[in-house]
Amino acid sequence: MSTLSRSLYTATTWIAEVGRSTLFLLRILASLPALVRKPRLVVEQLYSVGVLSLVIIVVAGIFVGMVLALSGYRLLVDFGAETALGTSVAFIVVRELGPVVTALLFAGRAGSALAAEIGLMRATDQLAGMEMMAVDPVKRVVAPRFLAGVLALPLLTSIFCVMAIGAAGGYYVGVEMLGLDANAYWSGIQSSIQYWPDIAAIFIKSGVFGAIITWVAVYEGYHTMPTSEGVSRATTNTVVIASLAILGANLMLTAIMFSG
Amino acid sequence: MQSRALELLVGFFVCLGIAAIFILTMRVSDVSSIGGSHGYTVQAEFFNIGNLQEGAQVNMAGVRIGRVASIHLDPNTYEAVVEMRIDDQFKLPADSSASILTSGLLGSQYVGIEPGGAADFMENGDSFVLTQGAVILEKLISQLLYSFAGNSGDAGDDSAAGDELFPPAPD
Repeated sequence: MSTLSRSLYTATTWIAEVGRSTLFLLRILASLPALVRKPRLVVEQLYSVGVLSLVIIVVAGIFVGMVLALSGYRLLVDFGAETALGTSVAFIVVRELGPVVTALLFAGRAGSALAAEIGLMRATDQLAGMEMMAVDPVKRVVAPRFLAGVLALPLLTSIFCVMAIGAAGGYYVGVEMLGLDANAYWSGIQSSIQYWPDIAAIFIKSGVFGAIITWVAVYEGYHTMPTSEGVSRATTNTVVIASLAILGANLMLTAIMFSG
Repeated sequence: MQSRALELLVGFFVCLGIAAIFILTMRVSDVSSIGGSHGYTVQAEFFNIGNLQEGAQVNMAGVRIGRVASIHLDPNTYEAVVEMRIDDQFKLPADSSASILTSGLLGSQYVGIEPGGAADFMENGDSFVLTQGAVILEKLISQLLYSFAGNSGDAGDDSAAGDELFPPAPD
């Protein structure tokens, strides 16, 4: 009977964890309106999650666009349909790869940093110190980071998509290297990509992903064990859980938006 | 981090993001309208243009000589009017003909121009006299089937072409 009781215990712990994180999310959401009077906190976080992630997003976007154009060309040229290269690159980037790859990179770049920062605040009793001074650490530390993540990821995703499709990525390989017609590339994109649902999907998906990543990161950091091992585990958990959650959420969002 | 530099960097980031959103929303600005100021315009009327898009190529003997500038429907004749911008260096004989062709089996459609033999050339605003619209695959197949069916009916039991496609029904 000990296996049964142990698995029951694990299940209850897991369910309690889900409940605790949901309550934590509600606490964050409740303290968001107070940020209107302290926009400075959000701007500082926009710098650390947004501006500092810019380089990796731009470079990744260029490489992803180039690879898509190269391998797409190999596939399409057999059917004499290489003029559809722009369309296929744009479709893949805008609908799936753009939001997902940006979110995965963001989880690795910004999510882990968030978890480590807040985890170390916990480990060095800075959060307890704030509570002593009657400053709510959720309002002061967690909420600005959450809001900055939700705002920054759609912007980063848009930049990623433009880099992948545009003059540095897919366009460079397709038109400059492989000699496709520049206008066929653009007109193919323009005639096939719609504002709804294609472009709108970028903002919806990346907004949801930004909320998921920062939620996981601040939760893991805030509730970490106050040891160096605890901080490292919180950082690892953030990347693993956030990445899996992004992939799962992407499947659901794609099913909702593009199945009809 | 100094506050002024931080504000500048965040402002730069937000501007970049908004610019990217703008580009995506406008679906990557139209290149043909920027580079298409040279050349002269000619028109052609087609009964059906298929999937021809604005910005598609205009080719002669496989060489690109211009682009499709605009497509609209003539409300009187119910035909599609395709305006093409031809580069200045290419002179088209006045009795040239235009047809809508497909590059490859699944490729995009373009306008192919066959030169005529006239001595004078087309000028800005002229129309093609001879045009041929896009080939609609479904119509072609149905015509083919129809001709096969007719063929087998005329020739009786020993015809070759129809029977391979449509074996006679068992009695």
